[in-house]
Amino acid sequence: MTPPAAGADAKPLVLLSQPSDSGLTPVMEGQFRFVLAADADAATAAEARVLFVPGLRPVTADLIDRLPALELVSTISVGLDHVDLDACRRRGITVTNAGATFSVDSADYVVGLVVAVLRRVAAADAHLRRGSWATDGDYPLATKVSGKRVGIVGLGSIGSLVARRLAAFGCPVAYHSRAPKLPPCPYTFFPTVRALAADSDVLVLACALTEETRRVVDREVMEALGAGGVLVNVGRGGLVDEPELVRCLREGVIGGAGLDVFENEPDLPVELLDMDNVVLSSHKAVATVESIRGVLHTVSGNLEAFFAGRPLLSPVAL
Amino acid sequence: MESLGVLLLYPVNAYLEQELDRRCRLYRFWESPREEFLRAHAGAVRAVVGNANYGADAALIDALPALEIVASFSVGIDRVDLAKCRERGIRVTNTPDVLTDDVADLAVGLAIAVLRRIPQADRYVRAGLWKSRGDYTLTTRFSGKRVGIIGLGRIGQAVARRVEAFDCPVNYHQRTEQKSVYPNYTYYPTVVELASNSDVLVVACPLNASTRHIVSREVMETLGPKGVLINVGRGPHVDEPEMVAALADGRLGGAGLDVFEDEPNVPEALLGMDNVVLVPHVGSGTYETRKAMADLVLGNLEAHVLSKPLLTPVV
Repeated sequence: MTPPAAGADAKPLVLLSQPSDSGLTPVMEGQFRFVLAADADAATAAEARVLFVPGLRPVTADLIDRLPALELVSTISVGLDHVDLDACRRRGITVTNAGATFSVDSADYVVGLVVAVLRRVAAADAHLRRGSWATDGDYPLATKVSGKRVGIVGLGSIGSLVARRLAAFGCPVAYHSRAPKLPPCPYTFFPTVRALAADSDVLVLACALTEETRRVVDREVMEALGAGGVLVNVGRGGLVDEPELVRCLREGVIGGAGLDVFENEPDLPVELLDMDNVVLSSHKAVATVESIRGVLHTVSGNLEAFFAGRPLLSPVAL
Repeated sequence: MESLGVLLLYPVNAYLEQELDRRCRLYRFWESPREEFLRAHAGAVRAVVGNANYGADAALIDALPALEIVASFSVGIDRVDLAKCRERGIRVTNTPDVLTDDVADLAVGLAIAVLRRIPQADRYVRAGLWKSRGDYTLTTRFSGKRVGIIGLGRIGQAVARRVEAFDCPVNYHQRTEQKSVYPNYTYYPTVVELASNSDVLVVACPLNASTRHIVSREVMETLGPKGVLINVGRGPHVDEPEMVAALADGRLGGAGLDVFEDEPNVPEALLGMDNVVLVPHVGSGTYETRKAMADLVLGNLEAHVLSKPLLTPVV
């Protein structure tokens, strides 16, 4: 990587893969020159060394290959399923993501969803606001959170924080990941998601979406999770066979779900809108002031480090 | 227990009712007008079973000359006239411990639900607004928020243990500091000082004469425009009209409420607010816990009949 030319006043060029809807680029405009890739002229495209991805719209091989000088793709998200990583690998391009910035808020949101689904918090709130408490009497009984067996798919940054939190609720925690974690990991490892589901009351998805994990939660996994089981997904909609999920919920194959992500956001299966054993959310597990402040720090830190020739904050092994 | 005349004040739980019917001589208080019932059966009632909202007050105790024991299907017994029971030599039992986890789970779940606006997101999606308007609203992180607990009893401690896993500093107020027992928690001698040093204030103490309206206007204003009140105690712990006003004009940031001063009636103004999460007294409302509570009521009645030590006596 070449450091900027001595005495250069020009702000370093950063292409944007899409318009930013997060408000980050205005903050960084003092440091970098942002140009939308789609608007870049030939000279700008030829010069660009950095592509900033401020959203979840696909970053295709086609776009990457139109940028011959590209060295770094920096995303605002932790998930990279929307980026053509094969193209990055092929071109020797480095990729940075949000690192662990979003992990705390994601983990907190998982716990919130677990309680909301098992204890029917959202449904009971709606019942009360409709005036039904006074007319229909006591709300139907829910099920206890403490002591429920929690199975986490992906014991990474988010998964391990979820484990610590739910363990404090008295929940035994087990997990599946590509390989068992070294001791002293206190949680039980299961070699397959199906085996994990069979031994869990609550199945939490906290892993990345890749070719291996696409639709990892299928009918078989949901049947193993069972009629009393609850699925919580703050990962990606693509981790779950969504039409099958709807069928399983409707048929009582599983007991409920807390869903922050869907296969084709902001669309979601209309059948879910009438179910009171699900809690639905608009992809906001990381939508806090603290996370946004954190990711701004991470992104600007990565960009600054890149242009100064220093080690990047959150490079991802491709 | 077959000869034990038990007066059930309200259909609190189907399993409990079934067991009382099977094992005792059950009278259902709601099946006939009060005066008619008392004329016919008052002398046969040796035990009363009530709950959080239906208790043995002085008038009822006076009307039951053969009353020996009040076994409440609740841990809070603010609706039982304890002084009268002591005077008459009537025993009183409640259902502690078995519901501690449920109430603590709900308290923490409500705090996350309020701060992260979980039911609001659910409503938003169901109304089709995510599709039409997007959703870029930001909330605030729960982890690390200072949690202030009023009453570090069984429930308060269970709340503290849970929030510690979120790296929340724990503060508390109760009648006495217990520094050696809770070296990691910070004690405040008044509720106002507790509120001043907390982001989330949790009510977890019993309701009695000294804790009525313990969450006053001053406490709520001190908790402030970013503060969140969580009430899993009793409605009268909080000055409800003041709370509604403080929430409406932003002097109090938000609230997660399981209890209200006049259940099942909830102040109308709360129903339209977006900064509150409201649930209908479901603190112990799981089938696992209600069964355990019912078994504890039955166990206490049985111990009484067999002249054995009561399992969970209050008086």
